[in-house]
Amino acid sequence: MLNTYVVYVENKPGVLTRVASLFRRRAFNIDSLTVGRTEKPEVSRMTITVEADHDQARRIEANLYKLVNVLLVENITTVPAIVRDLAMIKVAATHEARSHVLELASVFRARVVDVAPESLIIEITGGEDKIDGLLEVLRPYGVLEMVRTGIVAMRRGNKPSATLSSLETPAQTVGDDDLSQSV
Amino acid sequence: MTRTGAQILWECLEQEGVTHVFGYPGGAILPAYDALKFSKIHHVLVRHEQGATHMADGYARASGRVGVAVATSGPGATNMVTGIATAMLDSSPIVCITGQVGSKLIGSDAFQETDITGITLPITKHNYLVTRADELARTMREAFYVARSGRPGPVLVDITKDAQQALCEFDWEAAKPQLPGYRPDLSPAPKEYEKALELIHNSKRPVILLGHGAIVSGAIREVRDLAERAGIPVALTLLGLGALPASHPLNLGMMGMHGEAWVNHTIQEADLLIALGMRFDDRVTGNLKTYAPNAKKIHVEIDPCEINKNVKVDVALVGDLREVLHAMLPKIESIDRSDWLDLIDRLKGDSAVRDIQNLPDSGHLYAAHVINDLWREARGSNTVVVTDVGQHQMWEAQYYKHEEPRSLITSGGLGTMGFALPAAIGVKVARPEAEVWVVVGDGGFQMTMCELATLVQENLKINIAIINNGFLGMVRQWQEFFYERNYQATPLLNPDFAKIAGAYGIRNATVTQRSQVVPAVQSARQHDGPVLINFQVEQEDTVYPMVAAGAALHEMIRRPSPIVETAADE
Ligand SMILES: Cc1ncc(C[n+]2csc(CCOP(=O)(O)OP(=O)(O)O)c2C)c(N)n1
Repeated sequence: MLNTYVVYVENKPGVLTRVASLFRRRAFNIDSLTVGRTEKPEVSRMTITVEADHDQARRIEANLYKLVNVLLVENITTVPAIVRDLAMIKVAATHEARSHVLELASVFRARVVDVAPESLIIEITGGEDKIDGLLEVLRPYGVLEMVRTGIVAMRRGNKPSATLSSLETPAQTVGDDDLSQSV
Repeated sequence: MTRTGAQILWECLEQEGVTHVFGYPGGAILPAYDALKFSKIHHVLVRHEQGATHMADGYARASGRVGVAVATSGPGATNMVTGIATAMLDSSPIVCITGQVGSKLIGSDAFQETDITGITLPITKHNYLVTRADELARTMREAFYVARSGRPGPVLVDITKDAQQALCEFDWEAAKPQLPGYRPDLSPAPKEYEKALELIHNSKRPVILLGHGAIVSGAIREVRDLAERAGIPVALTLLGLGALPASHPLNLGMMGMHGEAWVNHTIQEADLLIALGMRFDDRVTGNLKTYAPNAKKIHVEIDPCEINKNVKVDVALVGDLREVLHAMLPKIESIDRSDWLDLIDRLKGDSAVRDIQNLPDSGHLYAAHVINDLWREARGSNTVVVTDVGQHQMWEAQYYKHEEPRSLITSGGLGTMGFALPAAIGVKVARPEAEVWVVVGDGGFQMTMCELATLVQENLKINIAIINNGFLGMVRQWQEFFYERNYQATPLLNPDFAKIAGAYGIRNATVTQRSQVVPAVQSARQHDGPVLINFQVEQEDTVYPMVAAGAALHEMIRRPSPIVETAADE
């Protein structure tokens, strides 16, 4: 099953390598990985999706925690969350096809961000399924180029996704169902 | 106070209680060496940087303190790789300090530039590249803290030449570690304890599997109390040897690939395994599909990553072994398990009869005899045996009865040949009052024998027993069993080891007869300098029993029965 992790790491050189190297070394296959800034300049946030069964998913989490620069790991696979991917799709759009393509884009609430005589660039944000859906209907017109950012995710509701302040309490208790720090 | 980075480095080491470092100089670390003149720290000049890492490792394992190794950039740093990996797999706390080219040159393939933090990323617990003097104090404090806390391990600190040279303010107190994501002190939830206790109290055939973690966490008393109070027999891993005295009635001995048959049978027959500070390595489990099929499993382990990695367990207590046992002991009920212990006695069967110790003196010199005689002569609460890797290592584990923790130092997880001699130097430096014996094969000895010079230069009383069988013995054994005796690349053409020792001014002897073993050991012990004894043993001798790689734990290749006849007839 595809697991989604939100991982807070120290914003320091080499941290991305450490995380990537961990997945390689333990033979876990990353499906997508995004990194970016957060509300705190000293903290970066990664969204990682990886194919893993229940047991592997726990071990991935434990291994991430073992990295000294990793602050917090949350497996949000089963919690209500907003998950978004962004794609730019350059699609062939000759005179006759253009209006069809524009129509499809609007059905998917995608935006046209570049118009050229023979092509359009469409930008779409959404869940992976939605993007897959748009891609499928555009394919017959000729997809010339496509790029996706990989997903970013955030827990729903007003509770912060993970309380970074919890970092100040050093000792942690590990229980069977306490996935946030553990086995 | 204003200091250079190099001065800060040594002062930080002193603050951490370091008295000795093992190192080798070169261009990129020269500023640090230059500043050594201001320091009380004794620098042991090694002959190869791999040796420096094993020395730091031996120092750490023998004492529980952090060992320190120093090298220059490029080849100096890459020579450390094997020693770092060795320390990583055996959870040994060492700090390796390497010089690096100037920060402006990083990435330019400058002379002797290697990306050592990149290279060692998967084989260190953590590593650092320090490019500024003002980062050095905090980094050193973090490095020591990370190395020794939680599950210990190696930490590498790569320091650019300009960071060593630059001047900055030094305030050790203020340079506190900042490790917001590092949480070494985990402890189990109360209900996990309850589950564990219930399993223990309901079990009829429990076994404790005792590993290195018991020694690292200092849980010797607690483990013994648990075994005694609950009446549970104990099987040990190679690195666990000494964590419960070999003479203890509940001590079954070593488990795994070369464990005694009854120990492995006991594990296979058990209804509960209580794994304490061990990680179900493939050398102790054999085939996982058939491993302890009827047993529930409790895993007490400090590293959450080890839980359910190889063996799926029923209860995991993640935390420091000593603390966990402390919490558990008051609730342990004493239960009579004499039926189980009787069964184990029966499992022992004819093993003792098959033992090589029962061979009459047939003129053959067996390694097992050498080691057993060494044990009879040299055993004592302050004797440390440091072994290399191979057949001799397994015979040592079988025939030297370890009573004390930290009395056997050996490379388990990585199985690093060449470990013994340099590690022993570290052991002796850490514990000068200990009697130190190196037990090493003729193959492994030649990998790091350059460190004989270090031993002499440091004036260390270390005894070296080369178990010389003229082969890469353990590999030859595999060829014998699994490759139709096709002895490719395993016979060794050896130098005269006694003469080599002589060239270093080391007292030496060559032993070929069993009757000479005890006198040679006695005379070595009496001599107040280092001694090397070349024991020329039986060439094609075999370590029994053996669980072939991938076989079930109870499917052992047993000693020929009775070995007395077969071996003596050869
Ligand atoms: C550095 C290294 N290279 C290769 C091996 C593989 N290996 C394991 S045991 C062994 C033979 C060791 O021979 P020797 O040192 O003579 O000891 P013996 O087995 O004869 O006691 C070898 C080559 C190893 N463990 N380490």
